[in-house]
Amino acid sequence: MNERAKAIVYPLVTLFVLLAVWVVAIRVFKVPNFIVPAPEAVVASLRRGYVDGLFWKHFLFTLQSMVSGYALGCSLAFLLGCAFAESKTVERLFYPYVVALQSMPKVALAPLIIVWFGFELASKVVMVALVCFFPMFINTVVGLRQTNPALLDLMHAFSASRWEILLRIKIPSAAGHVFAGLQIAIVLGLIGAVVAEFVSSTRGLGHLINAAAVNLETDVMFAALISLSVLGVAGSLVIRMLHARIVFWDKGTATRTETAAE
Amino acid sequence: MSEILLRAQGLGVTYASARGEVKALEGLDAVLHQGEFLSVLGPSGCGKSTLLKIAAGLLNPSAGRITLAGKPISGPRPDVGIVFQQPTLLPWQSTLDNVLLPIRTLRRDRVRGRARALELLQLVGLETFANHYPGELSGGMQQRVGIARGLVHDPTLLLMDEPFAALDAMTREHMMLELQRIWMAAGKSIVFITHSIPEAVFLSDRIVVLSARPGRTIRDLAIDLPRPRTVATMGEARFNAICNDLRSLFTELVHFD
Repeated sequence: MNERAKAIVYPLVTLFVLLAVWVVAIRVFKVPNFIVPAPEAVVASLRRGYVDGLFWKHFLFTLQSMVSGYALGCSLAFLLGCAFAESKTVERLFYPYVVALQSMPKVALAPLIIVWFGFELASKVVMVALVCFFPMFINTVVGLRQTNPALLDLMHAFSASRWEILLRIKIPSAAGHVFAGLQIAIVLGLIGAVVAEFVSSTRGLGHLINAAAVNLETDVMFAALISLSVLGVAGSLVIRMLHARIVFWDKGTATRTETAAE
Repeated sequence: MSEILLRAQGLGVTYASARGEVKALEGLDAVLHQGEFLSVLGPSGCGKSTLLKIAAGLLNPSAGRITLAGKPISGPRPDVGIVFQQPTLLPWQSTLDNVLLPIRTLRRDRVRGRARALELLQLVGLETFANHYPGELSGGMQQRVGIARGLVHDPTLLLMDEPFAALDAMTREHMMLELQRIWMAAGKSIVFITHSIPEAVFLSDRIVVLSARPGRTIRDLAIDLPRPRTVATMGEARFNAICNDLRSLFTELVHFD
């Protein structure tokens, strides 16, 4: 078997073994369905959810809050990161508060955000944006500051303006770090979305899990968890693809960022 | 002798470091004539690169005066080109775009700049690599792109900071021949920083020898070996005599330290 085939077949072997253990364990130990559902019950639940259509509104709600919050949080973080790295004054003004905010567990703000932004989409978007902000912000600042000083000397020697140096040199140099930030933000953003839905929501995969827990519908909970994983994995894959395509000159970091995610 | 292009008088640079003040250069005098190839030769850490940064307008000297065509250097100037020790190319831009960088930053005419860039790529033997990215080029090729970039805006003065130091011995020898050819074809004045004695002797019209830190001029030596110099030149008795002379100068220096 060649390496490519191994890369596909080996994980599938693990999957089948785990599924087999799952099925056998439930039969042997007579685990009731409301504690751990059988795999076929989860599959049935997924089919009911996505074929009959009950899950779609939840899936799309989480996807929507995720994408909007992610875009909002990451772009704000990028712009502020640039301002922070470029201006000593901006840094001095905000540094202590950035550190303080960063060390605060953002999910603890969820109830407050619900109070301020309501039960609907807005509060979820704000929550996602908030948790996405910091990994992106820190990575942008670090990336911009790690620009090769020789490149900066070069640009100065050729009378480049500050704006040109930022646009042409610093931002492309930081691209690897920026994508690492985007990668981490995907994972954290999903956590943010689910937490906000847990606190209060009428829709979303987090809400679905909460509602199913009340009725001990563990098959639905598993189905929702799998949906969340699919969201997370798909998001990561998209970012990794963009990374490899946009930062084409840096083959190393594109494969390294996945391990940087929490 | 032709007109004086660059003149340094009593140049001194003092750094503030954690261990107090460090003198990188002290009382350095040097002169570069129009069209001349001048090497600045000195041991590591003698402030050679500091001198180059001053000439490029990236650093202000703490003492002394430096003038280019009679005017003091107070900042980066459009009529100076620079080539660094590392190729220092932008990995996200093609060879051609890298060469065009000074055309963009100095806001020169793009069409003429492009024609000039292609001409220079031909001069450094990379015309077929215009659309390649730096990652696809060897170290020697990257360095040649750096040289083309240093020349693209038609500077009167080209500053080179140990441009061959990172290359292997064979590539380096090849590059020395290339640089001589490019210099003779382009007719520029060059300040070439190096710590390699044969490199300096082979390439230069004149060599300024600096002492160990703080760097001072201790010798100003004209090399009158006929041009173009070839690989055979390096085997000649006069070439070796000059090299040995310089080598013994450095041995004395170390002895006195």
